[in-house]
Amino acid sequence: MIAAIAFYLFATLTIVPAIAVIFSRNPVHSVLWLILAFFNAAGLMLLMGAEFIAMLVVIVYVGAVAVLFLFVVMMLDIDFAQLRSGFTKNLPFGIIIAFVLAGEIGAALWSRQDGPAMSGRTIPPAGQPNIVALGQILYSRYLFPFEIAGLILLVAMIGAIVLTHRSRRDTRPQKVWKQIARRPGDAIRNTSPGVGEGMKL
Amino acid sequence: MIGLTHYLTVAAILFTIGVLGIFLNRRNVILMLMAIELILLAVNINLVAFSAYLGDLTGQVLAMFVLTVAAAEAAIGLAILVIFFRRRGSIAVDDANRMRG
Repeated sequence: MIAAIAFYLFATLTIVPAIAVIFSRNPVHSVLWLILAFFNAAGLMLLMGAEFIAMLVVIVYVGAVAVLFLFVVMMLDIDFAQLRSGFTKNLPFGIIIAFVLAGEIGAALWSRQDGPAMSGRTIPPAGQPNIVALGQILYSRYLFPFEIAGLILLVAMIGAIVLTHRSRRDTRPQKVWKQIARRPGDAIRNTSPGVGEGMKL
Repeated sequence: MIGLTHYLTVAAILFTIGVLGIFLNRRNVILMLMAIELILLAVNINLVAFSAYLGDLTGQVLAMFVLTVAAAEAAIGLAILVIFFRRRGSIAVDDANRMRG
């Protein structure tokens, strides 16, 4: 009973914010709705017993991706009202596409019973925590894909830096190498001027 | 009793909302990227649901890889968005035809 209540709570709070994401007028509100949807999707994954993925969703999606979106939305000076001008024009076509897609997925879901027999399998009870089991399988059988995932993240990081980096010519930065290369002999001169002559520069 | 079908239904609804979001916000790239994130979240829910249903951890490993790719895609997509905005002063993509012939 409590599991059903939790499921319907999390499912509702995932789907309603997801609708609010695409219909919200203000993109900042969209990002905040997205964060709510991510949190509740993490709750759904907790209900399925995937604790590690749930925490990963919170950390990666909410902590990194959503904050990245928030930064970009807030830092770009964009007239968002003008961007929504095609919204009503696309609405009928979009609704048709959405219904066709939902029908297809529903048909696939409904015809699942006719597919290969998966449901008769008995699931052995979990002998160890989800995170331990996932770590063992990740670092043994899926070690190579795991490394590739790390490489993908590295490529994404370097790519994002290279794309957004710009060398500005209108600034006068400190030339550290010039300062370090400067020696006392270049800068200081010892003179002993006579009385009344003063310093010649 | 909450079974696999319930989770698959939630994921299907979420996926459809994501596709609808892409179709409705044709001009706003930021919202399109958010809709893609929703789609990938639906895929993750599907993977984890089948993983829990079959008692096989492979689905969760795969969900982790999807998460990785989603993060990388968001970073690269937003970087491209930022330089696009710097060049054009707008992010309306339906007139992004500069690369045409």
